[in-house]
Amino acid sequence: MVTQHSTAERRHYQFRRATERLAGAGMVLCTAVTVFFLFMILGYVIYNGASAIDWNFLTGLPLPPGESGGGIANALVGSVLVVACAVLFAMPIGLGAAIFVNEFPSARLGRTVRFMAEVLTGVPSIVVGLFAYALVVRPMGSFSGLSGSIAYAFIMVPIILITSHEAFRLVPPSLREASLALGVPKWRTILGVVLPVSRTALLTGAVLAFSRALGEAAPMLFTAFGNPFWNLNLGKPIATVPMLIYTYATGPYDDWHQKAWAASFVLMMVVLVTSVMTRAFLRGKSHE
Amino acid sequence: MNNGGLQMKDERFRSGEKESRKRDDESRSSKTEPSIAPEQLRLKVEQLNVYYGEFRAVKDIDLLIRTNMVTALIGPSGCGKSTFIRCLNRMHEVTPGGRVEGRVLLDGQDLYGPGVDPVDVRRRVGMVFQKPNVFPSMSIHDNVASGYKLNGIRDHQLIAEKVQKSLKGAALWDEVKDKLKQPGTSLSGGQQQRLCIARALAVDPDVLLMDEPCSALDPIATTKIEELIHELKETVTIVIVTHNMQQAARVSDYTAFFYVGELIEFGETGTLFTTPQKRQTEDYITGRFG
Repeated sequence: MVTQHSTAERRHYQFRRATERLAGAGMVLCTAVTVFFLFMILGYVIYNGASAIDWNFLTGLPLPPGESGGGIANALVGSVLVVACAVLFAMPIGLGAAIFVNEFPSARLGRTVRFMAEVLTGVPSIVVGLFAYALVVRPMGSFSGLSGSIAYAFIMVPIILITSHEAFRLVPPSLREASLALGVPKWRTILGVVLPVSRTALLTGAVLAFSRALGEAAPMLFTAFGNPFWNLNLGKPIATVPMLIYTYATGPYDDWHQKAWAASFVLMMVVLVTSVMTRAFLRGKSHE
Repeated sequence: MNNGGLQMKDERFRSGEKESRKRDDESRSSKTEPSIAPEQLRLKVEQLNVYYGEFRAVKDIDLLIRTNMVTALIGPSGCGKSTFIRCLNRMHEVTPGGRVEGRVLLDGQDLYGPGVDPVDVRRRVGMVFQKPNVFPSMSIHDNVASGYKLNGIRDHQLIAEKVQKSLKGAALWDEVKDKLKQPGTSLSGGQQQRLCIARALAVDPDVLLMDEPCSALDPIATTKIEELIHELKETVTIVIVTHNMQQAARVSDYTAFFYVGELIEFGETGTLFTTPQKRQTEDYITGRFG
């Protein structure tokens, strides 16, 4: 009896071990596939793009079609300008809405806003571009960097709202109470306690929104449009890197294809460097 | 068994009492000595009822809190003592659904009167919480100064004076005077709680409410806070909620025993602990329940 029992037990044990190994292997495989694609994309862009990057590519202007050489300096500066301007629009709006949603939780409007923000993050960026076209480009009468910024801001606001709201939710209620109990009004408590305590998460959210917008080409199609020349005037059409990648990648010249890869590489590096620098900055801050 | 029967009789007695309209005056005269000079009386609580939504957590409380004395609130978990103390500086209404009925008179002025701003109330009635809640984004110095800085006061001279005075008052000055610029969260738990006390003292409150200030601290840190309470009552009226009856006996002049939202007994600490008038009080302090 005893031996029989132990054989059954051993068989059961072996079965459990086998399933555990199988499940473990499955998870490793899934992780490997995820990481594989990340590295494939990175590797492919580096392989195709890195070789075409030189000083001239980063500082020069695009040359007429057919001529090789030239650079993407105008698109780089344009992208940074348009996205930075969009952050300026989106940050106060997203942050303000997040404060409202978080600090007045009983307000039905707040909960609705949060839900709508979640819906908004799913709106296709090309639709956002069309909307900005109708809202800004048509009345203004021309494509412009400004309309591009507004289109990007539409994409950023819900991202900033959601990340900021999550950041505020992590601020312990006891800190708010401490401030209120000192006779500090609610609005000063929000500015003086809630915002400083959550600042690292707020910054992370802003960087996330920045990175997300930086790579979007679709909203630029009918707004910033593109421009082969130097332009720092947001009232006029302006070149952006994702638009340039789109134009070059779909163009007929081998040199353009190469440049599209190179520009992709640059875009990726900008996003990577921004997020790494933010992390380093925040880590430095937290060790203060 | 016999004991339970007695307690039930007591319950019935009290619920019958509740129906009588005269109860108010009777209980007040039995709970406190009839004559207190106005300057000795800091807080007067009248018929206080506290709600969470529909739930009545604190029922018909009348209580007198004497100037520059320590009043301890004791009772088992969930008896409403924390809820009650949060009504003394209008912090209860910060809780969603929180609602208060009745009057709380601070030096004769009703804190819940029309036109009274809770912000002003909280400047006069400070609070120290269960867990130290130091502002993590601020230095030790700025934590103490936060009552001023968060309210937009930039007077450096005044702030420097208040910070030093409050840190000395909270018996923390010697430990932190060389590292005022370091974050408040770098201190130990007991030091953080004393930092919170210093922060509350810095705005010169008339009353300091302490909601189980030692429950998250080790015995040594607890002793320090208790010694501090003894010193502080020279200048400020203290109301302290505590789970710990020994602590109530050690630090307080008056003790109020709460049970399921009601004030069962109130009196001088010595009297209440040695010769309690009510059966429930006796059962609680002798450890038969709670």
